[in-house]
Amino acid sequence: MPVDQSLVGREFPPTRPYAVSEEKIRAFVTSTGADYDGGPAPATFPIVLAFDAMNAFLAAESIDLFRIVHGEQKFSYERPVRPGDVLTATLTVASLRQISGNDIIGTTSRVTDEAGALVCSTSATLVHRGAES
Amino acid sequence: MSLETQVFTITRADLVRYAEASGDHNPIHQDESVARSVGLPGVIAHGMYTMALAARAVTTWFPGAELVAFGCKFTNPVVVPAEGGVELEVAGETKEGDDGLTTVALTVTCGGQKVLGMPKAVLRV
Repeated sequence: MPVDQSLVGREFPPTRPYAVSEEKIRAFVTSTGADYDGGPAPATFPIVLAFDAMNAFLAAESIDLFRIVHGEQKFSYERPVRPGDVLTATLTVASLRQISGNDIIGTTSRVTDEAGALVCSTSATLVHRGAES
Repeated sequence: MSLETQVFTITRADLVRYAEASGDHNPIHQDESVARSVGLPGVIAHGMYTMALAARAVTTWFPGAELVAFGCKFTNPVVVPAEGGVELEVAGETKEGDDGLTTVALTVTCGGQKVLGMPKAVLRV
């Protein structure tokens, strides 16, 4: 079933505050085979926040995660993420198209710190594969 | 300027660790039958895992540089076999802009095929 067109422009509630720790950054970094000895998080770490926001959006719209394939991801950074940051992400549905039975969902998420300052914004294209494919 | 190509090996165990660390437990990155049921050729790496390896390459080339922007499209899946692993090659070309920023145009391939579309990092070196 196609995703509801009226979603475009809708902003979803902010995710629960996420406390960034060295331990969480280390788990992320070592999963890529690198070492971590403190300091800022790697470039794609904010996806943890964006993914949380996306999951809430998918749950709200009853979309199955296993039908989602990632089409595109872009980050633009105001500053690096550091241990001690408490972050939330707020997702907005930016666009929605249907191409050959798939929904192409464009989202943007703003990742902000405890003071409400923007840390990074990230846009994602999600391909929702139809049941027939 | 061309940067030295870096090669990474991706295994199913890496995907399990990444799923845990990132919170992305989509079963298409773990379970062959679910992946095939949505038309994929097999278990595929998280696009964000491939992107994380591309970021790791950028950090190795430019330690301590601050990223301003980073993005790519996920154009071809990276299929990860149940046994052994698959190799990912990350190559890069730099271009310095008038704005004091350095742009790294990446080429990310698996088995000779590009898997990321227009991967690009913009850095303050």
